[in-house]
Amino acid sequence: MSDSTGKKHLTYLSDQQGPLPYCPGCGHDSIAKKLNEALVKLQLDPAKVVIVTDIGCIGLTCKYFATSAFHGLHGRSITYACGLKLARPDLHVITLKGDGGCGIGGTHLLNVARRNIGITLIVANNFNYGMTGGQHSVTTPTAGLTSTTPWGNIEEPMDLCGTAVAAGAAWVNRATTFDKDLVDVLADAIMQPGFAMLDIWELCTAYYMPRNDLRKKGLMDLIEGYGFTLGQQVDKPRLEYTERYRQSYEQAETKPKPRPTIEPAFTSKLDKQIGLVIAGSAGQKIKSSATLFAQGGIFAGLSASQKDDYPITVQTGHSVAEIILSPEPIDYTGIVAPEHLVLISENGLNRVRAKLDKMPASSVVYADESLELPETAAKVLRFPFEKTAKKVGRLSIGTVALGAVLAESGIYPADALAKAIHTFQRPKLAEANVKALAAGAELAH
Amino acid sequence: MGYEFIEGNEAIARGAMMAKCDFFASYPITPASSVLNYMLEFVPEVGGTVIQAEDEIASMGFCIGAAMAGRKVLTATSGPGISLYSENIGLAIIGETPLVIVNVQRQGPATGSATKGADGDIQFTRWVTSGGIPVIALVPSSSADAYELTYHAFNIAEKYRTPVFILSNKEVGVTRESTDLESIELPPLVDRVQIAADQAQYWPHNFDTPGQVPPISAFGDGRIVRYTTSSHDKRGYLTTKPEIIQEMIDHYIAKIDGAVDDLTLVKEDLEEGADTLVLSYGITSRSAKGAVAQARSAGRKVSSLVLQTVWPVPKNAIARAMRGVSKVVVPEMNMGQYVLEIERLAPPGVEVVSVAKMDTTLLSPGEIVERGGLL
Repeated sequence: MSDSTGKKHLTYLSDQQGPLPYCPGCGHDSIAKKLNEALVKLQLDPAKVVIVTDIGCIGLTCKYFATSAFHGLHGRSITYACGLKLARPDLHVITLKGDGGCGIGGTHLLNVARRNIGITLIVANNFNYGMTGGQHSVTTPTAGLTSTTPWGNIEEPMDLCGTAVAAGAAWVNRATTFDKDLVDVLADAIMQPGFAMLDIWELCTAYYMPRNDLRKKGLMDLIEGYGFTLGQQVDKPRLEYTERYRQSYEQAETKPKPRPTIEPAFTSKLDKQIGLVIAGSAGQKIKSSATLFAQGGIFAGLSASQKDDYPITVQTGHSVAEIILSPEPIDYTGIVAPEHLVLISENGLNRVRAKLDKMPASSVVYADESLELPETAAKVLRFPFEKTAKKVGRLSIGTVALGAVLAESGIYPADALAKAIHTFQRPKLAEANVKALAAGAELAH
Repeated sequence: MGYEFIEGNEAIARGAMMAKCDFFASYPITPASSVLNYMLEFVPEVGGTVIQAEDEIASMGFCIGAAMAGRKVLTATSGPGISLYSENIGLAIIGETPLVIVNVQRQGPATGSATKGADGDIQFTRWVTSGGIPVIALVPSSSADAYELTYHAFNIAEKYRTPVFILSNKEVGVTRESTDLESIELPPLVDRVQIAADQAQYWPHNFDTPGQVPPISAFGDGRIVRYTTSSHDKRGYLTTKPEIIQEMIDHYIAKIDGAVDDLTLVKEDLEEGADTLVLSYGITSRSAKGAVAQARSAGRKVSSLVLQTVWPVPKNAIARAMRGVSKVVVPEMNMGQYVLEIERLAPPGVEVVSVAKMDTTLLSPGEIVERGGLL
């Protein structure tokens, strides 16, 4: 392979930054050099290669490469890599991360594996934090001595490969810096179309190695002791995320369509702002009936606002909607004492009980006949909302009630609400709701 | 033409659409969650990506990566999510990354009242990340405002290569209002300044004087691009030289503080000879309008200043509005946050009155009149 310039790249290491900065014998030095050799083998366009790192000694690496580079927050390199890949699938995004980063950013490892976003993750796994002074990490062997486990590590180490496999990674390989074929394996990982993780076990000569007298043989014994194997752990290619994202949208049967807009076509006699509260129960379509009522007002040339109140567990308890209608633009969107209070169920009544106290004699309560109301100065009108809804459709109870309100109050013409129903609801549902509107109007005193 | 009955969260998505936003990542949180749903209605259609991340940290990570790869990026969360964005916001600042962050504020602290509103994150936004570098924040008061300010936020983010906050509120985000978006005139779209096409070498933070916004080259656009969270020089290489580190800090600050007047968006309703100024922002400005109207109809001379930009502090506009008054009333849906800025700016002898509340309900015009002593 060669890049678009046709020039052969003899090295991907920068000639400006001097030698690699690692301690003598550090495995990171070997990983960086072999990554360079893998890139030389692949001859990728350096501007299309992004080496993404985060905090930790291995995070120093990207600076020494003459490729594009992204050096981010501790443990978050996978997230930047994903952002780059999602935005530009043509990039070769290679993430270099330490075992420390795999701990703090563990969730990103699980999720990139699961999603199969086509980045390459190379873990420089040396069992401790080098940059901050040799503290233990998620991969420190049990009994391992570190600056924060002076009596030996009592935690079980995390199997990074096993974790990635369990999370659904398409390509996972375990290697060591002593492997003869590491350059080829690195090149293979980089060229995977989906997510590929290469977990490279290595030695930290500053901290972990001297404290635990760990050498090549000990490293190999550790791997064997855990019952782990070197080499390919899984190789099950599947469609990469960004491609799948495109395909999924292109093949979708239903796609979003712009919603209709409202051209005022009716007139309202309303000469001042009013607040209307409708209070019912979950499952009674209170919010959507209220929205249609407000949209009807807009068809009648009014300004409208709506706020809803319902429990987080949406299929239980109360459902309350507050509507303001006004011939003028609406400023304050709160309703201290509603001009109109529509009470459909006990749940709803309980939620708005305090409002009844504040309502003056000029305001009106429209209540289902079954409800026992506290004392109020407001004028109380009783309706068989529930009984009527049983005849015209249980889910239309809100429309029944609001049909009665319009007939009693004349806030705006019922035809404007019918227009809203036909504009915003599917034909079958609209037909049922228009019937409910008429049934509500007949309830007027 | 025509009206829609839309909530602030949808208006934000529509403003983003007009700004040609093509990348969105977020994590669900009340009352901001629906922004993602609205973004799904247009972003995939224009070839962009909408993704629900595994958490807020990943959301911001995705956003920063995508923004530096050339996308126009939006994310949305609420106060608790901003806590998790915090460290990455610092990265976006130091990396000079254009993106727009929506905070649909809810009452806190902690989980607080998840479905109720507040403006409790005003000072939190100013000091949102370590280092104390200034930020830009716009506060919408309605669906129409949310639409317009989101569009502006994209233009500002692009122009200044920096994250820009939209400080919405549950009371704007999930309140539906009759709104005619098409009647709102939007300025021309601003795009980040690109490096000259024939320039092979790219210095990501290249400026002659601090505050000058460096041209950008996206990852993947044919040049070597470097981006780093660490103190760096103009080439994007790590540095430990104090004079370079100070110059870069001066640069981040000068970009924002040096552009105060360009970033100032306010609505002035000043009255000749007024002795009192009501200074408000966001949803509370709508109650303030009612309070000012009540005071005026009782014969009082009262001015009103509504801030759409809260950060950087639009100090010249505030000074103009304060001229000649003996009292400034600052109603807020928190326990008195922006009033600290007004106390700082008020000339000696001017009384500053905080009308503060954070009980999840809106301040009503009546409360502002009464507690602000407007009659």
